[in-house]
Amino acid sequence: MSRIAQTFDRLRRQGRTALIPYITAGDPHPDCTVAAMHALVAAGADLIELGVPFSDPMADGPVIQKATERALAHGTSLAQVLGMVAAFRRQDPHTPVVLMGYANPIEAMGYVPFALQARAAGVDGVLTVDLPPEEALDGYLEALKTEGLDRIFLVAPTTPVSRLQAVADQGAGFVYYVSLKGVTGADALDVADVAEHVAALKQHINRPIGIGFGIRDGERAYEMAKLADAVIVGSALVKEMEGLQGAPCQQVVERVATALAPFRAGVDRADEEVKG
Amino acid sequence: MTIDYTQFPDARGHFGPYGGIFAPETLMAALAALQAQYATLKQDAAFWAALAADLRDYVGRPTPLYFAERLTAAYGGAKIYLKREDLNHTGAHKVNNTIGQALLAQRLGKTRIIAETGAGQHGVATATVAARLGLECVVYMGADDVARQAPNVARMKMLGAEVVPVTSGTRTLKDALNEAMRDWVTHVDDTFYIIGTVAGPHPYPEMVRDFQAVIGREAKEQVMQKEGRLPDALVACVGGGSNAIGLFYEFLPHEEVAIYGVEAAGLGLESGQHAAPLCAGRPGVLHGNRTYLMQDDNGQIMGTHSISAGLDYPGVGPEHAWLKDIGRANYVAVTDEEALAACRDLTRLEGILPALESSHALAYAKKLAPELGPDKIMIVNLSGRGDKDMKTLAAVEGFEY
Repeated sequence: MSRIAQTFDRLRRQGRTALIPYITAGDPHPDCTVAAMHALVAAGADLIELGVPFSDPMADGPVIQKATERALAHGTSLAQVLGMVAAFRRQDPHTPVVLMGYANPIEAMGYVPFALQARAAGVDGVLTVDLPPEEALDGYLEALKTEGLDRIFLVAPTTPVSRLQAVADQGAGFVYYVSLKGVTGADALDVADVAEHVAALKQHINRPIGIGFGIRDGERAYEMAKLADAVIVGSALVKEMEGLQGAPCQQVVERVATALAPFRAGVDRADEEVKG
Repeated sequence: MTIDYTQFPDARGHFGPYGGIFAPETLMAALAALQAQYATLKQDAAFWAALAADLRDYVGRPTPLYFAERLTAAYGGAKIYLKREDLNHTGAHKVNNTIGQALLAQRLGKTRIIAETGAGQHGVATATVAARLGLECVVYMGADDVARQAPNVARMKMLGAEVVPVTSGTRTLKDALNEAMRDWVTHVDDTFYIIGTVAGPHPYPEMVRDFQAVIGREAKEQVMQKEGRLPDALVACVGGGSNAIGLFYEFLPHEEVAIYGVEAAGLGLESGQHAAPLCAGRPGVLHGNRTYLMQDDNGQIMGTHSISAGLDYPGVGPEHAWLKDIGRANYVAVTDEEALAACRDLTRLEGILPALESSHALAYAKKLAPELGPDKIMIVNLSGRGDKDMKTLAAVEGFEY
């Protein structure tokens, strides 16, 4: 059983919803990323999603675009991100790490070398925004499977039922439900709409469901936690990194931990009401 | 073995290893609907008849195939014919495609059109058809391109389009494309994205090629009429590659016709300041398809440079990537300086002011004509007119504009 599956299994037994913070690796500075990951765990993260910066983040809103530009200004590469995960893993053997990004940096490294190095670094899952199940068949899936890495695919409000089978068959770990039609950090979350879609999704896929995009505050985290197995928070945390270029890592760490707290509280409140 | 070029792309949108559908999940259903709708329309004679009527009565097709006698004499070799796409309504080949996609948008019941643009020619062509059909239109354009292609920005506004300057990334065409994709993800229900070149997720490369293929069909008929035989060479500039594939496609099965796609070498391929992914890049994934890209060792897309905004793009249509690999087409590059010289030549010798994009094709024709020799024939795609480039040209030539 993968580290991701084990984590969801344990949380389910405890009646808890997973909180998954996203940060962009290398933002605001590559030296602070590993410390920020540990701080997120201390502040209540159950899994960590680590963004691999890419020059053309076409599914991301302005907050993560800017974070990407900050990370790339420091030359943060996929190889360096894997190094950060390896460093994190030396002190934290438990918390699953999912890489989230775009296809090209992985293509440039090569599917097999990437999968080997990711596994060795202690990565648990990979989510590639612009590599849907249809395009995963030319070596990508096989490389990840061989190394025991979970393939995490997105499901969107527009995804027809006919495509869910491919997501179910090819994916592993958890399903990432995109809560809205839009880019990351958009302000268009519709709780009733998400509830309807997630309920339908559960009919077709027997796997933990995480909800992300547009979860801006603890209240929305609370609403989403009532619907799903995991709540993913990205832009709201990444926004806190703005203006911290050149700041000491201690300040970055404190800022990100403080920012995660209301989301943890929101998720816990939902768990107490629904499951507790 | 002869290749049946009509069998490409395959059902998954692949030209060999290139193309495909590398799109965010939110767009997959819209792309599937577009594929289904286009597959039906491709067989629909009434659709193509309506399109042909529009191309004749609204765009002004067929465009002439003009024998450039003085240019031929000056370049000292093969007879040079110009396919006059600059004479289309709106001044470039781009409208061939926007008319077709706008008809599709109507059939899909979409009320809002978005587009990306580099030089502004595609933006103008999109704003034009949107105005004609009464559709809302938003055009994304890199902030740097907004500055250097001001006349086209003004035309788009006059046509009622909203022009959104894009300030992220390198502030050029690739960033405009990113922003258009973000808009589409957000407004996928009511919005049709008219992509301007033969790139993007399937079925765009196929669809745009089919709409632009009218260029080559006409050129073939015209050259047969004038010369009684096929040309020896075709030359077209390649940014994303839509005017090039438009000219090339009809001739692909005729192996005796040599094909040259001309990329922008900018300040020189060795300088790194260029936009020539086929000549100096390697395969990767960007903007929905796998193709040759200008990228660094870590898979980050590199900034590009070309004096021509329309060629200033780090990728290229996947069919070109495939034609390069199988050896059916040759891809070469010319510098800013060479393009400017060719622009001057055509203006002074023939009284035709070409777009800086098309000037790249002319610059290569200058090299190729003497190599081929006087008994040979070449067709150069004059993809657009140069009025939009007057600001750049005036600065280079040193006069007030």
